[in-house]
Amino acid sequence: MITDTTPILRVDNISKCFGETCILKGVSLSLRKGEIKVLIGPSGGGKSTLLQCINCLVRPDAGEIHLGEERIDLASKADLCRLRQQVGMIFQDFNLFDHLSAQDNITIALRKVKKLGKREAAERARLELEQVGLGDKTLLYPAQLSGGQKQRVAIARALAMDPKALLLDEPTSALDPELIGEVIAVIRALAAKGMTMIMATHQISLISTLADEILFMENGVIVEQGSPAQLLTSGNPSKSQGFCDRLNDLADGGC
Amino acid sequence: MPTSLTVIADSLPYLLLGTINTAGIVVAAMLLGLLLGVCIAVGLVYGGRPVRLLLSCYVWFFRGVPVLVLLFLFYFGLFTYLGLPFNAFFSVALVLGMTTGAYQANIFKGAILSLPRGQFKAASALGMSELQTIRSIILPQALRVSIPAWSNEYSIILKDSALAFVIGAPEIMARTQFVASRTYQHLPLYITAGLLYFFLTWLGVAALRALERRLRIPGYTHGIQ
Repeated sequence: MITDTTPILRVDNISKCFGETCILKGVSLSLRKGEIKVLIGPSGGGKSTLLQCINCLVRPDAGEIHLGEERIDLASKADLCRLRQQVGMIFQDFNLFDHLSAQDNITIALRKVKKLGKREAAERARLELEQVGLGDKTLLYPAQLSGGQKQRVAIARALAMDPKALLLDEPTSALDPELIGEVIAVIRALAAKGMTMIMATHQISLISTLADEILFMENGVIVEQGSPAQLLTSGNPSKSQGFCDRLNDLADGGC
Repeated sequence: MPTSLTVIADSLPYLLLGTINTAGIVVAAMLLGLLLGVCIAVGLVYGGRPVRLLLSCYVWFFRGVPVLVLLFLFYFGLFTYLGLPFNAFFSVALVLGMTTGAYQANIFKGAILSLPRGQFKAASALGMSELQTIRSIILPQALRVSIPAWSNEYSIILKDSALAFVIGAPEIMARTQFVASRTYQHLPLYITAGLLYFFLTWLGVAALRALERRLRIPGYTHGIQ
């Protein structure tokens, strides 16, 4: 029986090495419905690899992934497809399909994976694009959209699959400063609707205001975790606070 | 009217029929090459080691042996050995198709590798299978990028098809030679043959250029506006 306390997604002791270099050294985390976890930490710490291991875009060397009560067999392609349908992913550089319009970027998986009809898929795509404020851009191609618009299409594309959780890999890092706001607004709206998310980000406003829990990753392990209230108080000796202070300094110094 | 012009006027229907045969051979060869090339390219990029090795052998064989040798090998050698009926048209289309397949494989492979890797990841992340991703995301883009190189390949195969005269396929070259050997009007006839090849080249390249423009993805601009 699944109760509210049962995690909808759980990863146990995930590790991943590329040759001699170990990027993840036994990372575990679990995600309850509606929970938002934010991954922070220095570049190369393993945040992106962890996110990609969670939906097996990068196959973990060891560890287990549970979706609800079900353990995912990492060697089974059918299991992986099912896992990925239920766990959406947003990339730093959007990864829209360049040859398809905004609408068709969304319909393609609805039709191929969910086997929806043409009209049904198009309707759903338009609905999702309206949700992210792009109802008037359905027929434009990625090359005709701004970075912020591309990322919003990518979010609409992931949401159209009705995922149980969303993985966001630095969703605002590739954007010009003036375009970050529109993407943040969409992410906030998702949070308000109760979407379950794990997000790697350097966006200080997202870290402090959205996170239920902050996970600080360094050298392939989670070295610190706790709520913003526990970790992010001014003068707190935590690594997370130090990290956020440095982000703040950068932001101030830049203006 | 000078004899040379009379000869050309008289033989033109005969040569034009040869032109249609040449076009048939080239279209058949290019389509066979497209099918082979796409499959080989996908295998070379996404296949396992044994698959890649096998396909590389194919590509090396057809790149390494002259078309003329292949024609003799297939038409006189292999077909006789297997007891197949001699059909010059079929043999030429097969040999040219398998040869251009090897070259097209490399064109498509390069195009696939030039696409941003992230799109494959994004498709996988949406739950699409590898085959679905290759078919609906990778190939539509890779094939678009390949059109200019493919039109090059067309013009090369078109001219290679002239070799078909050695096994008697009734195409432009064979028919021109046939008329020339009977009328001794070599100069005007071979100029005519050259013009016919030139016309087919222009026609095909122009058609592919139009196709490229039609399939261009909106928003992409090239060069200086």
